[in-house]
Amino acid sequence: MSIFRQILRTQNVKLVNQAFFNGPSRFCSAAAFDTKKFDEITKKNKIVIFMKGNPEQPMCGFSNAVVQIMRMHGVNYDSYNVLENDNLRQGIKDYSNWPTIPQVYINGEFVGGCDILLQMHQSGDLIEELKKVGITSALLKEASEKPKE
Amino acid sequence: MRRSLGNFWKTVNQRNFFAPTARMQVYTEKHIESRIVEKLENVPFIKAVDQSDGCGGKFHVIVVSEKFQGKPLLQRHRLVNSALTEELKTIHAFSQKTYTPEEWEKEKGN
Repeated sequence: MSIFRQILRTQNVKLVNQAFFNGPSRFCSAAAFDTKKFDEITKKNKIVIFMKGNPEQPMCGFSNAVVQIMRMHGVNYDSYNVLENDNLRQGIKDYSNWPTIPQVYINGEFVGGCDILLQMHQSGDLIEELKKVGITSALLKEASEKPKE
Repeated sequence: MRRSLGNFWKTVNQRNFFAPTARMQVYTEKHIESRIVEKLENVPFIKAVDQSDGCGGKFHVIVVSEKFQGKPLLQRHRLVNSALTEELKTIHAFSQKTYTPEEWEKEKGN
């Protein structure tokens, strides 16, 4: 292979890499996601969500459901888009020992996916869980404001 | 230019970007049900519904089992997931409802 071709080839690889990993991504490179890294990012915020797409544009109905639940409770959270990085996508499944996305962490602890969040929301358990970590659900605020009217 | 484009595709192919990943296994509702029953043994009621329009990638299951007694939701779901370790590698959308026999009786009443 001539040097010229070799140069072309490396450039092409670079182009492909750029197309795949750049963009408005939280992780611009294929960073290593090991247990230590997950320990760190799941504890960075009280609520951390691993999802498909981002809260503004969820790329899956289940992820969307979790985003909508969180919106109703008016909570802030960190979100990670697993579609942007295969290491992240597989890594979080292994880390949580949970086969599906989305995955929700509260106070560094795995809480569940869409089904569980939905049931916790319906039963009122989610409000309790949020309270435990010092977050007052917007639904609770609404409820306590209503009697005054 | 032509050569570089040819090279580009060669690179792409070499890196297997577009190579089909392991062919998707299509599971039936029956298969899913029997895997769960195998694992949980005493299962008074089970229903798996293929919601994928045939591609086999989306399932919903209702499982009633004595084994859920005293277990929080997360543990129950983990139990069901553990019965489907292999299947859940290709089923990308999986939702479940888990009941103890008593809870199921109440649920049916509603």
